[in-house]
Amino acid sequence: MSAVTAPAPVIPPLTVKGRVTQLHVIVSEWTKLHSLRSTRWSLAVAVVLTIGLPAIFAAITSSHWGSMAPHERADRHPLDIALAGVNLSQLAIGVLGVLVITGEYATGMIRASFTAVPKRLPVLWAKITVFAVVSFLLMLPSVLIAFWVSQVILNKHHILQTSLSSHGILRSVVGGAVYLTLFGVFCMAMGAIVRNTAGGIASFVALFFVIPPLLNVFPTSWQNAINPWIPNSAFRSIFQLTHGSHSLSPAGGLAVSLGYVAFTVAVAAVLLVRRDT
Amino acid sequence: MAVITLGAVIEANALTKDYGDKRAVDGLSFTVQPGIVTGFLGPNGSGKSTTMRLILGLDAVTSGDVTVNGKHYRDHKAPLHEVGALLEARSVHTGRSAYYHLLSLAQTHGIGRKRVDELIDLVGLHDVARKRAGKFSLGMGQRLGIATALLGDPHTLLLDEPVNGLDPEGIHWIRNLLKALAAEGRAVFVSSHLMSEMAVTADHLIVIGRGKLIADTSVDEFVRRASGAIVRVRSPQATKLRELVLGPEITVTSNESGVLEIAGTTPEKVGDLAATNGITLHELTLVQASLEEAFMEMTRDDVEFKAAAA
Repeated sequence: MSAVTAPAPVIPPLTVKGRVTQLHVIVSEWTKLHSLRSTRWSLAVAVVLTIGLPAIFAAITSSHWGSMAPHERADRHPLDIALAGVNLSQLAIGVLGVLVITGEYATGMIRASFTAVPKRLPVLWAKITVFAVVSFLLMLPSVLIAFWVSQVILNKHHILQTSLSSHGILRSVVGGAVYLTLFGVFCMAMGAIVRNTAGGIASFVALFFVIPPLLNVFPTSWQNAINPWIPNSAFRSIFQLTHGSHSLSPAGGLAVSLGYVAFTVAVAAVLLVRRDT
Repeated sequence: MAVITLGAVIEANALTKDYGDKRAVDGLSFTVQPGIVTGFLGPNGSGKSTTMRLILGLDAVTSGDVTVNGKHYRDHKAPLHEVGALLEARSVHTGRSAYYHLLSLAQTHGIGRKRVDELIDLVGLHDVARKRAGKFSLGMGQRLGIATALLGDPHTLLLDEPVNGLDPEGIHWIRNLLKALAAEGRAVFVSSHLMSEMAVTADHLIVIGRGKLIADTSVDEFVRRASGAIVRVRSPQATKLRELVLGPEITVTSNESGVLEIAGTTPEKVGDLAATNGITLHELTLVQASLEEAFMEMTRDDVEFKAAAA
């Protein structure tokens, strides 16, 4: 009798049944991305650094301009100031890129994800799409605001004036956002390969920040041959205003960077499908 | 409502999985039928969780094959509608709320927010649905896992140790839920190391030890086969009866005077024997070995081997 025993729970029937599509998985990955506090913090830090550092650098440059030697003044370029934040915010973007994947492995969420999407690759494509779109949509306004803010501050002292219509400036500023986005996707793929947060962060830090200075042990001729092609230089060429004989053009840098990203993502994809979870 | 599927839902055929040189699952063949609760028993480390992961395609088989509703799990276009799974190891991001955890999985199949809310209410997580899952107790985590498994209204349920960490009320709830799901025609495949739990929940048992199949049988049959029933007799003429019943395959033990415990026979045979010989009986009872004892008996060799090898 139902008066004595608790009535057995009934599962509400699901009237409309869907199926796994790439679009559905993209919506799912968007939910995953925005529902984590770590994501919101990493992206907020990236935005603050991208805009804040140029503002500070512009203010410092302005206040010291009067006491600066001519060669120091000549060293200063408004674009370097406007994109100063990129150097730091890339760390926040890179760490987030790694975490988007390795956070699932660390917590076991990946098993739930792959049970829902057993073909697995749609999850990787969706993660890359969502992360790249979100990063670019946040970083593009950030670099534009950084440029505008640093110019407003410099303008008060009538120094280092430039505009987006000047040759290469708009391309470089937008290039800053492209750089951050591609760098983030590259880091995400590294995370998918090593499947471990600490390992993923160590990998991109080693590749981009530790190994390049070590190349100084090589003879200059070797350095000139190798340097333009290593990931760090190739990626940075995307937002450089000018390039010399020993660095890639922005378009060349973009092409080589896309090559690096494609290769890393391909390795990640093969391993993702093959490995046990 | 689940569609009643005729025939086996899960079919494992010589399923084998090696991790390095360690064989976790060894030539396992079994089927899981709809409409009943199938218990999956084995000592810790016997390969239950590995088998579950092989069914779901989370780990690749070394050899052999396992299909769900006639296809490899990976080939289903809407796997959450086919199989609902609760894995033993936690599979929830600790930083995400229960609500968003369920929503993100639902969205892979285009299932909406209303369904997520329904299931949160069903498993009793309404008040904590917006809290981070990392702060959940083991019991709340299990309830979230159950909600995840039921999300797609699946034909088949695959539950690895679902009562783990649940309080008595939760255990009662799971038992009723599993039976209700089976009564609706779904296949329910549930692993446990708690034999007593299986005795009240399962209709059919698949028992493994060291990755190998030990038994594939009904719960009643399992107990009978494992250690055999014992007939307990109390009689003032116990000594005379003892001599009469003794024979090949029959053993008699006596721990108190006037009481015999006879293995290898039935109460009917003992009763008839006593009547024809004019022996008075004060008690004639069939003593069933508990499922727990039967299981210990059956898996003893495997467990011992494992301990020695470790």
